[in-house]
Amino acid sequence: MSKYYVNKFLYTIDRDPEWVARYKEDPAATIDRWEKEVGIWLNSAEKTTWLSFTEEERRALIDYDYEWLFAYGAHFFLYLTLFIGLFADDWAEEKGPLSYQLEWARRLAPWIGKPYPSVAL
Amino acid sequence: MAELTAVLASTHHPFYLKATTAPAEERMPQADEWKRKVEAYRETLTAAEPDILVMVGADHFHQFFLDNYPTFMIGKQQKYDATFYNEEREFGIPKYVLDGDVDLSNFMHQGLLDEGFDFSFSHELKIDHSIICPIITVRPDADLPVVPIYTNIFAPPLPSPKRFWDLGRAIRKIIDAYPSDKKVAAIGTGHLSLELGGPLMFGEHGPDPEFDAQAIEWLSTGNIEAILENVTHESMAGSGNATHGFMDLILMMGIAGPENADYVDQLDLYHTREMFMTWYPNKNDKMAEAAARSAAGVGAVTGPMYAAKAGATA
Repeated sequence: MSKYYVNKFLYTIDRDPEWVARYKEDPAATIDRWEKEVGIWLNSAEKTTWLSFTEEERRALIDYDYEWLFAYGAHFFLYLTLFIGLFADDWAEEKGPLSYQLEWARRLAPWIGKPYPSVAL
Repeated sequence: MAELTAVLASTHHPFYLKATTAPAEERMPQADEWKRKVEAYRETLTAAEPDILVMVGADHFHQFFLDNYPTFMIGKQQKYDATFYNEEREFGIPKYVLDGDVDLSNFMHQGLLDEGFDFSFSHELKIDHSIICPIITVRPDADLPVVPIYTNIFAPPLPSPKRFWDLGRAIRKIIDAYPSDKKVAAIGTGHLSLELGGPLMFGEHGPDPEFDAQAIEWLSTGNIEAILENVTHESMAGSGNATHGFMDLILMMGIAGPENADYVDQLDLYHTREMFMTWYPNKNDKMAEAAARSAAGVGAVTGPMYAAKAGATA
């Protein structure tokens, strides 16, 4: 069930500028804090008691590892949007327009012609 | 009864505004052509003189998430806020407040239930770029009330292509039966072949130019038989992992019916191909003239666009 939790992390971080800034600054600490303040909450009063990350999911989020997230079937729209928000401008300044996105596509090239992992849960 | 004066089906490209308002030295080479084509397309809506816009889009995980994702949903408000923080951040799209039309929302919702579509509904819907992009392109004054309809083209399992067509047919029936003297236009956006987060994204063209040309022919000839024979969830995935947004274009063709389109244009861009299509279900001279005038200025056509002529990599 934790693929849902990975998606929940990406979704709730991406929609809030403060969480986006924290995740860029210190991903490991932000993930710990997010679990306590956001992840385990269904709403402000109700908890979801059984959701958690595996060690590998936690590592992939700490490393912004889109290759792993793609292979895992996390929803592409969530981490594409968030990671572009985190890194694309820095890369563009240093290496030219779209350089982050094109490097991403290049690193996933081994998937061309193969069925992609499903984003269904 | 209300008159459905235009049906517009187009791609929505969130970078249009940014690309066409960037300083000259930062502009992509096709920005000016893109702008001319969009402004010409806009005239096909203006000529239809709509009073209300029924707008079809899909929430891209902005308001709705996997804890509760609606398959088909209608907004029922007097006002709609639009544009989320992360859309401003990534695309530079401004915030809007659009008027709603509660009477048509209610009539549409009941009509959909009666037609066998058990819609979810919202009284606090915030609209995302799938509906704001066409406001920016074809009604930038944002001066008309809207009835927003959202579909799931995004979080599997998805409804079938046939279900999108049938939903379009049902929406048409309901608009035609709406007891009002107002003119209604239906505007929906989706995608041709599209890849997001995978190896084929941000390429020189869309991920499957051959599919794009074929899809434009199918849509512009109202050829639902060919679409239902050839387009499946699996075939769309083979054209690019986010190609399922094509089903919203099938829905729009469902509103128009199995008819030739009255205006068709396209533009091959990096990452994805743009398509601009209009049907006039009750065409008059003014509409025909507007379509002809627009088409002449930008190389669009006032009838079907066939795959062989569009070319796979035109």
